[in-house]
Amino acid sequence: MSVVFAGVCSHAPGITGRAELADPAVRDPFYAAYREMGEALRATRPDAVVIVAAEHFANFFMDKMPSFAIGMADHYDGPIEDPEWLRIERQRMPGNAALSKRLITEVMETVDVAYCEEWKFDHGIMVPLHFLTPESDVPVIPVNVNCQGPPLAPLHRAWALGEALRRAADEVPERIALIGTGGISHWPATPDSGKINEEWDRDFLDRWCRNDRTALLDYDDATTYAVAGQGGFEIRTFLVVSAAAAGAPGTLRFYAPIPIFAVGCTVADYDLTSRAA
Amino acid sequence: MSLYAVQKALYELNRSESRQAAYRTDRSAAVEGYDLTMEEAGAIVDADIGLLYHFGVNGQILMHFAAFNGIAWPDYLQLMRDGIATHGPVREGIYALSGYEGTAEHSARLGQREGVQ
Repeated sequence: MSVVFAGVCSHAPGITGRAELADPAVRDPFYAAYREMGEALRATRPDAVVIVAAEHFANFFMDKMPSFAIGMADHYDGPIEDPEWLRIERQRMPGNAALSKRLITEVMETVDVAYCEEWKFDHGIMVPLHFLTPESDVPVIPVNVNCQGPPLAPLHRAWALGEALRRAADEVPERIALIGTGGISHWPATPDSGKINEEWDRDFLDRWCRNDRTALLDYDDATTYAVAGQGGFEIRTFLVVSAAAAGAPGTLRFYAPIPIFAVGCTVADYDLTSRAA
Repeated sequence: MSLYAVQKALYELNRSESRQAAYRTDRSAAVEGYDLTMEEAGAIVDADIGLLYHFGVNGQILMHFAAFNGIAWPDYLQLMRDGIATHGPVREGIYALSGYEGTAEHSARLGQREGVQ
């Protein structure tokens, strides 16, 4: 089959953990857009959700830090954080080790990845799944892009990973929903948490919706760090989805900076029915 | 000073329920086996968020450790600020303060009512 859905969304822990502190006037439309994306995703009847995340030292550390990793297990547990803090119950989610193995094998034709038979989900995956597959009834295949501990893979390698995932999805009979999740500009978990560069975010999202490879790769980490914070490194997850969407145009369903959530809250997807895709 | 060792001790504590149980009964157990200075070990045993941030501990590791210790979000942010005020700028790692007004002022500037429920 192939990729039947491709979208991106925010995952900051405050989205669930500090819900009551946000203004309902902006929070509720964000939640609605998030849930609508979940409905659209589930309407494509995916056999698996491949979720490209930027995990936060739940599984990977600087002793052995892979640039890219893909889960290969029949189940995953999460959240790793205090469930009361994140306000998402600890649970076991289904995976599909056999499908993971086939995807990984094909991805490895062009991109080296670590494979993982164990993986603990943190907020970077738990928050999206909370909105997108709240019944935990769709197998999940996690993909990680190191966005936390430099040196990081160059953006063009993240793009190559997206192309490889698309090729792998095209090779298997299963229907694959692809989600990228990260922040755009943000300074998470620091004293500057809540700072958001809306202008930079909107420019990035314009590039993302045009699926303009040249424009999306025209960033360097030093500048991103200076104007978009260390959280800006997570644009890599969005780029993976862009590459996998193979030129399809995107639609921004929701964007608003919500400081108490510490991120410009984003929901967007690609139109895979377009000729370019 | 070993930022790597401090972060590794916290990383392994954050992801292990058995280590967390041990920490609750004997906090010094969390620092055994790591190549830490007395100051570094003390910061972990005392859950001194400000000092750990000053060391340069990645916020994504520190945030989980703070949550595990039951530290509320605004207190977590303030403890880091206090750490900088007390101990000086971040010693090592990827962080530098960029200047920020805080979420309450930022939300107000955007016309959002923060903390209204």
